[in-house]
Amino acid sequence: MPTNALADVTASDSTLRRFLHGLPGVDAVGLEARAASLGTRSIKTTAKAYAIDLAISMIDLTTLEGADTPGKVRGLAAKAVRPDPTDRTTPHTAAVCVYPDMVATAKAALAAAGATDVKVASVATAFPAGRAALDVKLADTRDAVAAGADEIDMVIDRGAFLAGHYMKVYEEIRAVKEASGPARLKVIFETGELSTYDNIRRASWLGMLAGADFIKTSTGKVAVNATPANTLLMLEAVRDFRAQTGVQVGVKPAGGIRTTKDAIKFLVLVNETAGEDWLDDHWFRFGASSLLNDLLMQRQKLATGRYSGPDYVTVD
Amino acid sequence: MSDDHNRLSVFKTYKLYVGGKFPRSESGRVYEVTDSRDKWLANAPLSSRKDARDAVVAARKAFGGWSGATAYLRGQILYRVAEMMEGRRGQFVREVADAEGLSKSKAVEVVEAAVDRWVWYAGWTDKVSQVLGGANPVSGPFFNLSTPEPTGVVAVVAPQESSLLGLVSVLAPVIATGNTAVVVASEKAPLPALSLAEVLATSDVPGGVVNILSGRTAEIATPLAAHQDVNALDLTGAGPELARDLEVAAADNLKRVVRPQGADGVDWSADPGTGRLTAFLETKTVWHPTGSLGVSGSAY
Repeated sequence: MPTNALADVTASDSTLRRFLHGLPGVDAVGLEARAASLGTRSIKTTAKAYAIDLAISMIDLTTLEGADTPGKVRGLAAKAVRPDPTDRTTPHTAAVCVYPDMVATAKAALAAAGATDVKVASVATAFPAGRAALDVKLADTRDAVAAGADEIDMVIDRGAFLAGHYMKVYEEIRAVKEASGPARLKVIFETGELSTYDNIRRASWLGMLAGADFIKTSTGKVAVNATPANTLLMLEAVRDFRAQTGVQVGVKPAGGIRTTKDAIKFLVLVNETAGEDWLDDHWFRFGASSLLNDLLMQRQKLATGRYSGPDYVTVD
Repeated sequence: MSDDHNRLSVFKTYKLYVGGKFPRSESGRVYEVTDSRDKWLANAPLSSRKDARDAVVAARKAFGGWSGATAYLRGQILYRVAEMMEGRRGQFVREVADAEGLSKSKAVEVVEAAVDRWVWYAGWTDKVSQVLGGANPVSGPFFNLSTPEPTGVVAVVAPQESSLLGLVSVLAPVIATGNTAVVVASEKAPLPALSLAEVLATSDVPGGVVNILSGRTAEIATPLAAHQDVNALDLTGAGPELARDLEVAAADNLKRVVRPQGADGVDWSADPGTGRLTAFLETKTVWHPTGSLGVSGSAY
């Protein structure tokens, strides 16, 4: 926790509420226009090659299906370590992201491949709904950490947040943070369920005050996931939070980012909003699965000059 | 066009046909299309290699549904293309007459032949597998069955001179057998092809099954020939030098390449035969035990 001007904000339910509701309102039209205008930047040739490799190295390669099998998780881990087996210069992804019961499988598969620098992220706290008692959420978290997860992706209790019980959400994040121990904590807001940009800004600050290492847009399980606008808003929040407290927090848009073009738009947002310090897989991630194949096809296109096709990347 | 009353002309904006939609070129470029006497007719989109890429993505996406549709359904849809074309005879006659410098009566003949060609290929959809497939005699207690399957996404360089009949003659056989197509229209006379797109869009042909691009043939065909997700290439409308370059580019992923000899003087009104119908098919052969008993008494 920062020991500074923001320390007494979390002293009580009412101070927290006063702080969060005192945050400046979001100009929705201006925000969307800014995100859209940054999306028109043209990134070509060497800058594009750099952006593609950076984006690959920022991916949390994700499989969060009820039908996940150990075989699928092992395949995913192999792909994370060596995304394009025909081109060894391709960087590895930042992490693989799985359900808690698959952490051990992923960990073993990565260890077998000798890839100690690919992290294992695990969703936890009754993902994706988050509708469970705190004890259950904490047990879920400890379970994932015990299995070897390097990172925990938790969901906030949107019901409590929307009902205005900010302190409850705050304390829950703190408890999960404690249960996570050394693992880095990503806090998922599910922006598609928060209704307003003002709420996303409040949730961002609430998460950071509670000690999140990363703030993450969404689970990928609802209709609206990461958009340039809500990610821009969260990037502004982490920038302002560092300016006030000196603490740097990462950002992870997740869900709905499928093309290289989209990914590069997000990287432009990062560079123009939070700055170069965030252009690193330690501070910015993409939660994605199909995005990787598109990045690889674009990478092959840059390398060979020929358009590639889905026959030349793995089927996940 | 109407001289007898004071009405503003409504000019048609010719557009590309990609994935069932009518976009402008991604590059925003157009070029002037003239008739056989160099009189301006319209501006047509000047496609870039990115339009070609988008068209391949659309064609790939449409391939599963179109190749998986029953031959009977494909035949019905292709017949409907003929019906829709018949309803636009006047337009096609005018466009073909302008593009190819034909008299009205000759243009009528060409358009009628083009409609008839759709009908002819529509009839073939559910007969191809009987003609080309079948049971092969083998020495053993097995059924051995061959059946033709579509090759995949076919890039078609349409004939340069015959803007409609030639186009239909190369396009219809490709899609009749379940392939999807990216067509590079005649560079000099693309308007009939772009109007054909409007016919296809209203004929229940699923979006993406046919994609039509206008522009410089070499500029569009080159990335298509090198594209790793294109399975076959029809070089009918490519000149000798371009055809050679495209063949070289296509070799990399072993595309099936069709390069007709002497494509210049082709009489497109002649009976097409089944050559083009069978050009973009692959033969799948399966073995299946007959169930009869082997020497030891066990069932195969």
